Amino acid sequence: MKKRVVITGMGVCAPNGIGLTEFLEAIRSGKSGIAFDTELADLVFSCQISAKPQVSDETKREYFTELELRNFDADGILYGVIAGMQAWKDAGLPFNSEQADFGSGTIFGSGTSGIGKFRESIYKIDDKNVRRLGSTAVVQTMASGVTAYLGGKLGLGNLVTTNSSACTTGTEAILLSYDRIVSGQAKRMLAGSTSDSGPYIWGGFDAMRVCTFKHNGDPEQGSRPMSQTASGFVPGAGAGALLLEDLESALARGATIYAEVLGGNLNSGGQKGEGSMTAPNPVAVQRCISDALANSGIEAKDLDAINGHLTATSKDSLEIENWTKALGRSGADFPYINSLKSTVGHCLSGAGSVESVAAVLQVKYGFVFPNANCDDLHPEIAAMVAREKIPTQLVETQLQYVAKASFGFGDVNGCVIFSRYLTE
Amino acid sequence: MNKAETIETLKSIVKPYVKNAEAFENLSEDTDFLRDLQINSANLVDVALDVEEAFDITIDNASMEKMLNVKAALEIIAAKLAEK
Repeated sequence: MKKRVVITGMGVCAPNGIGLTEFLEAIRSGKSGIAFDTELADLVFSCQISAKPQVSDETKREYFTELELRNFDADGILYGVIAGMQAWKDAGLPFNSEQADFGSGTIFGSGTSGIGKFRESIYKIDDKNVRRLGSTAVVQTMASGVTAYLGGKLGLGNLVTTNSSACTTGTEAILLSYDRIVSGQAKRMLAGSTSDSGPYIWGGFDAMRVCTFKHNGDPEQGSRPMSQTASGFVPGAGAGALLLEDLESALARGATIYAEVLGGNLNSGGQKGEGSMTAPNPVAVQRCISDALANSGIEAKDLDAINGHLTATSKDSLEIENWTKALGRSGADFPYINSLKSTVGHCLSGAGSVESVAAVLQVKYGFVFPNANCDDLHPEIAAMVAREKIPTQLVETQLQYVAKASFGFGDVNGCVIFSRYLTE
Repeated sequence: MNKAETIETLKSIVKPYVKNAEAFENLSEDTDFLRDLQINSANLVDVALDVEEAFDITIDNASMEKMLNVKAALEIIAAKLAEK
């Protein structure tokens, strides 16, 4: 019998809330984490709004030692460690064990690491001062920095690694972790992802003109997934973490179970057909969704809600079309669909995990969080999906099956299916 | 700066890296950074950089390699200050 995988702990460091309590309240009420960004304005970015987790010095000290914070400039590691340690604690797992825990590992993704530290290092090196980089330039800037920090803080003894697949990273981390537990190679995997923040991460997107430049004066209205007036995404950052656990192990520990990970699928469109470096191949997207359902042993008609990728660009209509075709459902028969990006912007490599935490909270507590800034639904989308399935107000309803999908540059796709956990 | 003052400055520099608080309280010229204070060896380079800043000196690689205890650190600081 195939091993079952459940979620027994979660953590989040999002632009609209740090920690599950704050985040749950924020997503239920549609609280925005998007604000005017003086730094981007000073640097003459087109888009001068952003979504960043607000981490106080006090919070930093809860997760890092004074020594670790000396010369520390790696936002992605900061957010990831906060979310990861929260998930571990939330799952009721021990800190300060004497031995490495060989049953537990982590796959925690990132796009880059320590971009601030990297910038500082480059200036020093070009100034012929490489000798003054200090001892932590490597660990802060290596791609696996976040798992290197987490692995030590949690004493993880199983696989400790970082995955990277653009905006699919977080969803991919969950499915890779799921596979490792299903195959019996680990009892517990901390799955998550994180993203650095700031101009050196977001500049490339600004240069591509894919970020909105129309809402510098009204930041909270800037991120408009599925809206007729969607004008590009709002750059964001943050981290989410989910503690995936073998069901037997979770039951034996008497752990709280948030939801079950039923399965999913990861694929790529190979940049063929309509696919390219930056655009998804619809054939692959639809196949990713269908295969995710098949792998999870459910049918399209069973799906109650979708947490979309939906970045607030012109691609939103195409994504909806892909869902309608993959599921064979449309109009009033379509599942509920929402996009967290309306309140937290696009957290890039952190997006899949932050949004998955939101999706799992919906499953656990029975609600569909409201889509902000979507009163003017795009007519192409309105023609495919009934208005009431794209709620702009909180809907309290029990959800049995929720799909979370992410699509990333390089034409890569991920779709995971979460289920309400029912005791037999 | 006399030796006692130099030791005090050195003490404030190594403090954040120290894992053995008792050895730090009893710090003397004979104290070893790794064995007694249990400073992570990777952090010795940070100690050296902090010393450079505090005393406005440059510690070459060969000296840095030798800077494993309080006595050696004092000698290196004195020598580099004398070169100025």
